[in-house]
Amino acid sequence: MPKEEMLAMLLAGGKGTRLGVLTKNIAKPAVPFGAEYRLIDFPLSNCTNSGITTVGVLTQYKPLVLNSYIGSGSSWDLDRHNGGVTVLPPYVKEGGGSWYKGTADAIYQNIEFIDIYDPEYVLILSGDHIYKMDYAEMLNYHKTKNADVSIGVLEVPWEETHRFGIMNTNEDQKIIEFQEKPENAKNNLASMGIYIFNWEYLRKYLIEEAEENDDSAGDFGHNIIPKMMADNLNFYAYTFKGYWKDVGTIESYWQAHMDLLGEKPILDLQDRNWIIYSVNPNRPPQYLSEDAEVDNSMINKGTQIMGTVKNSVLFFGVKVAQDAVVEDSVILPNTRIRSGAKIKNSIVGRNVIVEKNSKIGLETDDKKSNELKITVIGDDEVIPEASNIKAGMVVG
Amino acid sequence: MMTPIYKKGGANMNNVMAIINNALDESFLDKLTGHRSLASVPFGARYRLIDFPLSNMVNSGITNVGLLLQTKYRSLMDHIGFGKAWDLDRKRNGLFILPPAHIYQANRAYKGDLQNFASNIDYIKRSNQEYVIIGSPNVVANIDYRDAFKYHIENDNDITIIYRQLEVFRRDTTYTVINTDDNDRIIDMKVNPKKNFYKKISLQRYIMKKELLLDIIDECISKGEWDFVKNAIIGNLNNLKVYGYPFRSYAAVINSINGYYKSNLELLKPNVWQDLFLKNGPIYTKPKDEAPTGYKNGVNARNILAANGCSIKGEVKNSVLFRGVKVHPGAVIKNSIIMQKSEIGENAYLENVILDKGVQITADKSLKGDTNLPMIIAKNTIV
Repeated sequence: MPKEEMLAMLLAGGKGTRLGVLTKNIAKPAVPFGAEYRLIDFPLSNCTNSGITTVGVLTQYKPLVLNSYIGSGSSWDLDRHNGGVTVLPPYVKEGGGSWYKGTADAIYQNIEFIDIYDPEYVLILSGDHIYKMDYAEMLNYHKTKNADVSIGVLEVPWEETHRFGIMNTNEDQKIIEFQEKPENAKNNLASMGIYIFNWEYLRKYLIEEAEENDDSAGDFGHNIIPKMMADNLNFYAYTFKGYWKDVGTIESYWQAHMDLLGEKPILDLQDRNWIIYSVNPNRPPQYLSEDAEVDNSMINKGTQIMGTVKNSVLFFGVKVAQDAVVEDSVILPNTRIRSGAKIKNSIVGRNVIVEKNSKIGLETDDKKSNELKITVIGDDEVIPEASNIKAGMVVG
Repeated sequence: MMTPIYKKGGANMNNVMAIINNALDESFLDKLTGHRSLASVPFGARYRLIDFPLSNMVNSGITNVGLLLQTKYRSLMDHIGFGKAWDLDRKRNGLFILPPAHIYQANRAYKGDLQNFASNIDYIKRSNQEYVIIGSPNVVANIDYRDAFKYHIENDNDITIIYRQLEVFRRDTTYTVINTDDNDRIIDMKVNPKKNFYKKISLQRYIMKKELLLDIIDECISKGEWDFVKNAIIGNLNNLKVYGYPFRSYAAVINSINGYYKSNLELLKPNVWQDLFLKNGPIYTKPKDEAPTGYKNGVNARNILAANGCSIKGEVKNSVLFRGVKVHPGAVIKNSIIMQKSEIGENAYLENVILDKGVQITADKSLKGDTNLPMIIAKNTIV
């Protein structure tokens, strides 16, 4: 097998607990996003666009949908003679097997896979972040700085620093300290969960950690990185300037969809210089009827719009009947919204049927609070005729 | 997920191969075929004409498809590739590109499409299916060939032709018409007649035994006859059992500019696009990974079919928009067909217009064709 300069390991085993019913049957990286995609399309497409052709995808939680989605990898041009995409679930070895304990343990258990390609560098990615990033530029930076480890960071508002892992750097961008979710942050550079390691070092630390520390959580943030820092390895922060979103919660998932709308969307998916690839379901063109009223929305193929759609994102196969109204909402694939139904500030799952004259997310019991409450309907639900689902409720 | 619908029917379609005859005169489409063959003419917001017969064949369980080429096939080759989009990139069978006739006979005049069959006779002989369906790309329909094939076997026909009984006979286009007796036996057939029409038209799908096709090709060519429909089919109406199989769902024959224009706009009728897109399996096409379409603030879009990758700010009515079309604020588009990557500037006005790919209409321009004579703007034109 020819040597690869850098291969990517994509951590896709996460459950995404805070997304609730949206991850009931699927791993977080398989969650649909942006009318057409799943979360994992972003890191996979970034790899393709960055010229990385060997990608290991580490799966664990409910991998079925994700496995069949990735398939041969041809959707991302990752069906290659050498490398390409390989799905790596936990497996049984001579001495028994175990689940991936943590992010670093997942890499540790696949050292054999990485060794096949004998890379100089390993890029560690998360399967559940939305962003467009050129990893080749980050690798150049890593080489220029002569770093042992580079961590992708982005500037976050100071008031949010307590939610992130914060990197304290010197004027040369060298990381001198790492604070996990600090009360009083000294810097506002947050880790994006993207790392480039020199494989030689990473390999050594992973083996040491596994062999010497039985109780290890096998986690990059808790085990491997602090140990490497203590040993004075060269850590550098690579500052990313573009759009990046961790859609870890219902609110951020909804907000990330709203970021796709507007005159000049903050996240432009129509950029043909950085295509986000997907499995691209084959559907007929979208149909807007004589009575359709569509404004400020993103709509995928295979949809039929006979009603009103405003400030919303509609996945493929969605049908909005006459006199139905969808506002400020995200409607996942193949969901039917029957006539007279009204939906606002909601996320409606796949294959849902919203029967006639139902109301979802329109009314609230809590009259005092002005806080935005997102209503969530889980996959395959049937919302009976004339139901009234109050704002902030979760069905499913 | 693709539904293998061919497993439901009784007919054994493993024993049927298909040939798509793209060695046809396409000049009637004027500028639209200035640089492309009939099979790759864009249709229905995200397809090309070949997608329809090709998808129908695949959905009917046919896995061996030969594609006869004659001229201007670069865009077609680009579109088809190895047939992956139709699940035809196979180790056994799959998609076969059958190159033009003249490459074997340099400097000889082209005589007709039977020459293309003859030049590729080895492919036909070598295929191990017993039956063949021959189709042409200029008929847009969603046909399940299994039903027609079953009829072909059960009725013990020599040749079965799929036809459609027209309700409206359009005078702005031409048809291959047939006349049948009460049992659907074809007693007369004419190509593009100027008068004495019949209301039944051939949908240009012909089913026969492969051995019969080989015999007919040999027979015709040895007599100096080179036209598949006129010689191979019509020439045999009296000596063979040639029967018609009625197809009752939507079908459009693209034989004129106006027919092309009207058939595209006809897709806006829900019953038509439901017939075409939602029955008998999906229509496959080459995926382009376009992002979903963005409808911006203040857009007014009604009665349209749109592909992905569009960005629409103006007013669009009764129109078909292909991939990546940009409509700027204040622009008005009515009864028009706008192909891939065309851009309509601010306050421009388009009515009854066909824009080929990559056309740029600058701000404030106004173009108007007639309902019965659409204005065509050639590929990559800047107006």
